[in-house]
Amino acid sequence: MASQEQLSAIKVARVLMVGAGGIGCELLKTLALSGFQDIHIIDMDTIEVSNLNRQFLFRQSHVGQSKAKVARDAVLRFRPNISITSYHANVKDSRFNVDFFKEFDVVLNGLDNLDARRHVNRLCLAADVPLVESGTTGFLGQVTVHLKGKTECYECQPKPAPKTYPVCTITSTPSKFVHCIVWAKDLLFAKLFGDKNQENDLNLRSNDDANSSEHSEDVFECGKDKDIEQYGRRIYDHVFGHNIKVALSTEETWKNRNKPRPIYIKDVLPEKLTKENGNTKNGCATDDVSAMASLGLKNPQDVWGLAENSRVFLESLRLFFLKREEEIGNLTFDKDDQLAVEFVTAAANIRASSFDIPLHSLFEAKGIAGNIVHAVATTNAIIAGLIVIEAIKVLKKDSSNYRMTYCLEHPSKKLLLMPVEPYEPNKSCYVCSETPLSLEVNTHCSKLRDFVEKIVKAKLGMNFPLIMLGASILYEVGEDLEEDMVAIYAANLDKALSELPSPVTSGTVLTIEDLQQEFSCIINIKHREEFDEEKEPDGMLLSGWVEAPVDKDNNKPLGNGESTSNALPEEIMEGEKDVEIQETSEGTENVTGKKRKLSEVSKSTTPDHSGLSDESRNHNQLEKIDVDDEDDELIISDDWESLTKKKRL
Amino acid sequence: MDGEELTEQETALYDRQIRVWGADAQRRLSKSHILVYGMKGTVAEFCKNIVLAGVGSVTLVDDRVVAEEALSANFLILPDKNQYQGKTLAEVCCDSLKEFNHMVHVSVEKGDISTFGVEFFEKFDTVVISCCSLAKKKLINQKCRKLSKRVAFYTVDCRGSCGEIFVDLQDYKYSKKKLEETIECQLEYPSFEEAISVPWRALPRRVSKLYFAMRVIELFEDVEDRNPGETSIADLPGILKLRKELCETNSLSESQVPDALLERLLIGTREFPPVCAIIGGILGQEVIKAISGKGDPLKNFFFFDAMDGKGLIEDISEPNTGSQAALINDDM
Repeated sequence: MASQEQLSAIKVARVLMVGAGGIGCELLKTLALSGFQDIHIIDMDTIEVSNLNRQFLFRQSHVGQSKAKVARDAVLRFRPNISITSYHANVKDSRFNVDFFKEFDVVLNGLDNLDARRHVNRLCLAADVPLVESGTTGFLGQVTVHLKGKTECYECQPKPAPKTYPVCTITSTPSKFVHCIVWAKDLLFAKLFGDKNQENDLNLRSNDDANSSEHSEDVFECGKDKDIEQYGRRIYDHVFGHNIKVALSTEETWKNRNKPRPIYIKDVLPEKLTKENGNTKNGCATDDVSAMASLGLKNPQDVWGLAENSRVFLESLRLFFLKREEEIGNLTFDKDDQLAVEFVTAAANIRASSFDIPLHSLFEAKGIAGNIVHAVATTNAIIAGLIVIEAIKVLKKDSSNYRMTYCLEHPSKKLLLMPVEPYEPNKSCYVCSETPLSLEVNTHCSKLRDFVEKIVKAKLGMNFPLIMLGASILYEVGEDLEEDMVAIYAANLDKALSELPSPVTSGTVLTIEDLQQEFSCIINIKHREEFDEEKEPDGMLLSGWVEAPVDKDNNKPLGNGESTSNALPEEIMEGEKDVEIQETSEGTENVTGKKRKLSEVSKSTTPDHSGLSDESRNHNQLEKIDVDDEDDELIISDDWESLTKKKRL
Repeated sequence: MDGEELTEQETALYDRQIRVWGADAQRRLSKSHILVYGMKGTVAEFCKNIVLAGVGSVTLVDDRVVAEEALSANFLILPDKNQYQGKTLAEVCCDSLKEFNHMVHVSVEKGDISTFGVEFFEKFDTVVISCCSLAKKKLINQKCRKLSKRVAFYTVDCRGSCGEIFVDLQDYKYSKKKLEETIECQLEYPSFEEAISVPWRALPRRVSKLYFAMRVIELFEDVEDRNPGETSIADLPGILKLRKELCETNSLSESQVPDALLERLLIGTREFPPVCAIIGGILGQEVIKAISGKGDPLKNFFFFDAMDGKGLIEDISEPNTGSQAALINDDM
């Protein structure tokens, strides 16, 4: 179709791609084939085996290498005369500043996390460069176009908040396998192998048992020359036996629940696995260390029984101490760390046995623990094609024809690919409009550090914040600060807001800026004395721009009267490709109005099988609303509206 | 389900997609054999998708020698004359596809597909053809239908900003999840010939105009004895004349087959890579669905036009073949 005008627009265009993963590989290929000649691509990741089923520019031999670079080289093989510049770097690096972004005619995102998406959105707004944003999960996908002042920005609609579980559900009353996974990953794994200085609620379940907490401290101490298996058995008995027994003593908790069963290692595995002299094969590299391998377990799809899980538990723990001792104390759970996945699977399954929750295979447990997002090549290819179509419109400045396109799995009205006109900017968006936010906070108790961590970083997504009250700077992060200033800011962090050199009290207006993002916003402070620990765990409440409604009912606070401290955050958007359109099974409670509707539609439009009526009904509706005979009409029916209408809050 | 387990290597490589369609579907894929004819850009995209997905084998048929023009939307051909000179399209594409996934057997079959006997097609579960004349589409579809085993048949074509997929799964049973239950469904497909013989006036009024436009051009190429895609804007008067005749025969208003659309299809003989990616992606997805027996397959045409961005499913069949999936077992 390419007209001459279109071809020349493509030829001279400078394009920035962010992400060389699932969508990125497809996109780079399609851009090159379409005639783009100057493409820059940023990706900080290296290639992994599980990428190879869809990131078709990569081969087994590339595992471990930079995605951006290998993708570049692969595409240059079939288009040797174009220019592709690769950056093996984080898009948040300071060198990718507004001036860098200004060099491009369009920015195309193929990212896998919310944080980077928000960051790129702000840079595109600051540099006034159009952004084409995308995401896929399974057979679902979407492409959206963002042009400052013309269409909404990526952040005009509040994003889903991370899924959280009340602490007591995790520590005391799990009812689903995911609760056991969170316990195994965020509590037990973190306690044994993570930073010892981190607060950890592993033993927080009983308020009347002072001895046990003393007892528990040495339980986790592993003396130098101790027998590691013996140590593993002690941990096992403590967390699956002793702690359950202690929990059972709070009878109130179990009035309306099934009681868990304490499990002791001697009942499951009376014999020790290893002889004292140790019998593991020598010389295996860290990467290869696997409890499954050393126990001869082959199939990750198998669901192991309690005994097998217990063996995997002891063996993986032993291997950590034997082969990876130097990492202990610094480990965080990583879905690509085989041994960590084995340990978490086994621990979660043993806990699930206690609580009579169905056990799961390592394959399934890994998916839950790693928040792995389903991904297939076809959806990425389709979405990449749609991105290029929008990018070409952007280059032709054909803004009346910009479309957001959804790739659906169960289309209702024959539309497998559904284009929708983009929305206008949200006038109350704190990112692309200058609407002030307001913050309710206890200015006497909350420290500047809380404000920086919980609001400025977590909610506003800033990397290099500068916090000002009038002309005075309360806090700043940057590379070239004077030493004395750094000291003052560090001291400020530990002061309550009302005790800062320029006190922050009710009525104070703060200006927060991110110098890299060239983004600033204003926050009106309102003092409030009390906060609900369960509902407002941050101890402060940001409003003005409304966050995705987290349906508290879905958090099922099961603890009847038991104290619960902070809710454990569980990231849902860190997988391969996080997306707006969530699978309907998990986490629907966290999606925003728009997304919830889309999910509902894709669920409800599973064709009903009652015969012909559905089809003819759909058809009639389509006829009624779709009277325009233009070729490029955009179908908008009541249903489309409900599908795509966004709550303007 | 089949008792055979996926290997460790398969589980690691296919991890993310097993999470989409399950281990059973992956096993079925790895035992499936696909025949592909007509190696243009859309088909290259399709082949990439199914090789990555991990089908058992892909057999390519296309004896045309590689020419400059073939490179435009086909990333399987490296623009190095020394590499492709003297080789056929199928051979060059085969070499590239093999690299994508060593677990898939990719090979070339030489010869004129029209002359292959019925027994040749029996070796395959799925046949995908592209760049075929009307007669060839009908012929190959018929051969697939003569076999006692069910061979899924697809045609795919892209013209400029537009693309079309046709699907014939004959009598197809599949299961799908509805809420928490798994239900069994059945669909009956018309052959290509049956589908395009459905009188236009019998079709719903809002049927995609692309359907009609593609039929006009297909028939034009047939009566003029042209190779597929061998048209230009100079053919417009002839095309418009044929449109008039067809519309009169079918009592359809000529406005349902707009001039502008026909013009675009005539000019757009070169493929437009984003459309190849989209059509090749949808086709890959459909073939995977049909092999794995999971999810609603599309029945029986799909159209995409980059001008309006819509990807439309159209059911072009006699009303009595049932346009909705029939429920055969609902004992839950």
